[in-house]
Amino acid sequence: MNLDLAPEDREFQQEVREFFANSIPEDWKKTVRAGLRLSPENLVAYQRRLAERGWGAPTWPKEYGGTGWTPQQLHIFWSEASAADAPAQFHQGLELIGPIIFTYGSQAQKDFYLPRIISGEDWWCQGYSEPGAGSDLAALRTRADRDGDDYVVNGHKMWTSYAHVADRMFILARTSNEGRRQQGISLMLVDMDTPGIRISPIHTLDEKHHTNEVFLDDVRIPAANVVGEEGMGWNYGKVLLDRERMVAAATAMFLPQTLRAVREAATRRKTGHGLLIDKPEFRAKLAQVEIEAMAVQAMVLRLMADAAAGADSGPRGSMVKLRWSELTQQATALWVEALGPKAQHFAALGDESELPEDMPFALKGALYARVTTIYGGSSEIQRNIIARRALGL
Amino acid sequence: MQFAFNDEQQMLHDSALRFGADEWNAADRLKRLAEVGEGAARRWAQMAELGWLMLPVAEEDGGLGGGPVEVMAIMEGVGRHLMTDAYVSHCVLPAALLAGGGEHCAALIEQVGAGQVRIAAALIEEEGFDTAAISSRAAADGDGFKLTGAKAHVEDGADADWYLVSARTAGVSGERDGVSLFLVPASAEGLTVQRFRSVDSHRHCSLDLTDVAGIPVGAIGEAADRIDAARDRAIVAHLAEAVGSMEAAVEATLDYVRTRQQFGVPIGSFQVVQHKVVDMSVACEEARALTMVATSQLARGGEASSLIAAAKVRVAQCGIAVAQQAVQLHGGVGTSEELIVSHHLRRQMMLDLAHGDRDYHKARFAELTR
Repeated sequence: MNLDLAPEDREFQQEVREFFANSIPEDWKKTVRAGLRLSPENLVAYQRRLAERGWGAPTWPKEYGGTGWTPQQLHIFWSEASAADAPAQFHQGLELIGPIIFTYGSQAQKDFYLPRIISGEDWWCQGYSEPGAGSDLAALRTRADRDGDDYVVNGHKMWTSYAHVADRMFILARTSNEGRRQQGISLMLVDMDTPGIRISPIHTLDEKHHTNEVFLDDVRIPAANVVGEEGMGWNYGKVLLDRERMVAAATAMFLPQTLRAVREAATRRKTGHGLLIDKPEFRAKLAQVEIEAMAVQAMVLRLMADAAAGADSGPRGSMVKLRWSELTQQATALWVEALGPKAQHFAALGDESELPEDMPFALKGALYARVTTIYGGSSEIQRNIIARRALGL
Repeated sequence: MQFAFNDEQQMLHDSALRFGADEWNAADRLKRLAEVGEGAARRWAQMAELGWLMLPVAEEDGGLGGGPVEVMAIMEGVGRHLMTDAYVSHCVLPAALLAGGGEHCAALIEQVGAGQVRIAAALIEEEGFDTAAISSRAAADGDGFKLTGAKAHVEDGADADWYLVSARTAGVSGERDGVSLFLVPASAEGLTVQRFRSVDSHRHCSLDLTDVAGIPVGAIGEAADRIDAARDRAIVAHLAEAVGSMEAAVEATLDYVRTRQQFGVPIGSFQVVQHKVVDMSVACEEARALTMVATSQLARGGEASSLIAAAKVRVAQCGIAVAQQAVQLHGGVGTSEELIVSHHLRRQMMLDLAHGDRDYHKARFAELTR
């Protein structure tokens, strides 16, 4: 058992630290610490900076323009990014469709799409969920009917995050009703400016526009935009299973950003008897969340060590997702608590500059955090996965 | 970065598991517990023979210089088989407290390593778990010192031949300066030992001292750091014990829910039962990961106090929750003396108290990370 960094990793750490030093604009930080996404322009700008440095796709192999970093290097990169209050990279292109394209896509698809993901030129969204297909994704009903060199797609996608800014969308659509439900589902790449696509925002409790319904009416998609084979789309998600521990790990590593915000807010907040941070009850609550966050960071280290050793982590990626999402909810809730009565001042009715410090970020973050135990496999689904994979129940 | 044991550590781990399977077979547990002294003496001699007692003793003191990771390899087995043999209290902790403490300490350490003497640490007073919150006094008396005061709890102290007693040579309770450490034989004049059995069958004691002659260990008035460093080693060793116990409790529960039939099906087919077992296994993973990180941080010699305090809190929380759920999912039979899960619960509850409970270490963590 040895958790020391090798000399070359220490050098790398220094290099990354220098890259991030004073690089994150102050006005990004509150949004980042609240676990909220920056504006698309800012996220694209961040992606471009990373791409210019050659770090646009940290988890990808070199042959597709990635960094080819070892798990240890990835851990260092994310640690430094987290410490610098850098945002998480937008993941739908980088982590969800990119790896499927480079594993199963045609040469033409690889050549065209992959560089555009890395450069930030293309923003991707995921068209999977439907009104009747949430956790039970195989119940999806969007149809793609072959017509000459095209497919004609009709359906209704839900919870399509960032469809309103995306250039492209990857969708699962039914190309056959034969056999098992999972068969006959195809994975297709769609240009968002194709006629017949209509986007309608879903208004959410945090009052931030992230997600949408997408209606597809006779949308013509060239057959060349099918990834891999027709009817095999369901299986391609498997490549993500092995990668999802890295996604869970990366996300969990940004948790300390929120905890720093809680500390700072509690250090500013005056109460009847001194500062909130000095009150034993509050410190005990903060310590509890910080300690659990440390446990998750330790779990992340184990995942990375597994990845480095080429070992299976079983369902420990799911465990990290479970715990990270619960803790981000607790941390943002504690941030709101630290603000006290002023947390009720969500929006200025007059002068915007009169809004209390950290508002509305903290409260938006706390409300947005509710979705973290729902998206990407809800906590209930994660528990089912763990029960099956780890416990054989 | 790697979490796996090296070959030598793996051998220790295997040896501890074998020892546990032979000596602490769950089916014979009640018989073992009834033996008390005789069985304990036999097992202690075997541990000496296996080299375990020399393991945590520093090389300068004639030992094998095993670090926290080597101790962890043994303690996982101790926890998994719920061995009541006080490896931490009678070996890891005194070896750390006595290290570099002077000539008489070196001689005693050698005897610890050979399994000839048992030394227990008397560090805690009524005021709580803080090692500096002590009021017992040590007054200079000619060449030596006379100790007066009361030690509220001595972990595994009932059968000790010697006690390592903290007492003040200066200052008042709460101050780190002025804390000194002394060796006192169990037979010392003026020493009263009250012995207790705890619910997990460990054997503890409290001490009353009236003008008891004590031999100083290390520099007078400067023992606070020595004590805290040694306590961190003991805590980290107990973390591995807790993890071993938790994992065994989860495995026992998994076996049970797969086989126990109610309503005509195994109860493990119910989702409500499955999700509880999942939460138990997540808690195990949290505890294991934190324990490994804290142990290796201590082993590499870096600043580890806040990490160890955090691990102590979380492992206790997870350990108790896991053992409680293990009892719950076993149903009525889980509460019986007969079944091992009830022993795991009792041990987890007592491990929480050893060297400071959850609340104490949470407050300590908050203080250290201010």
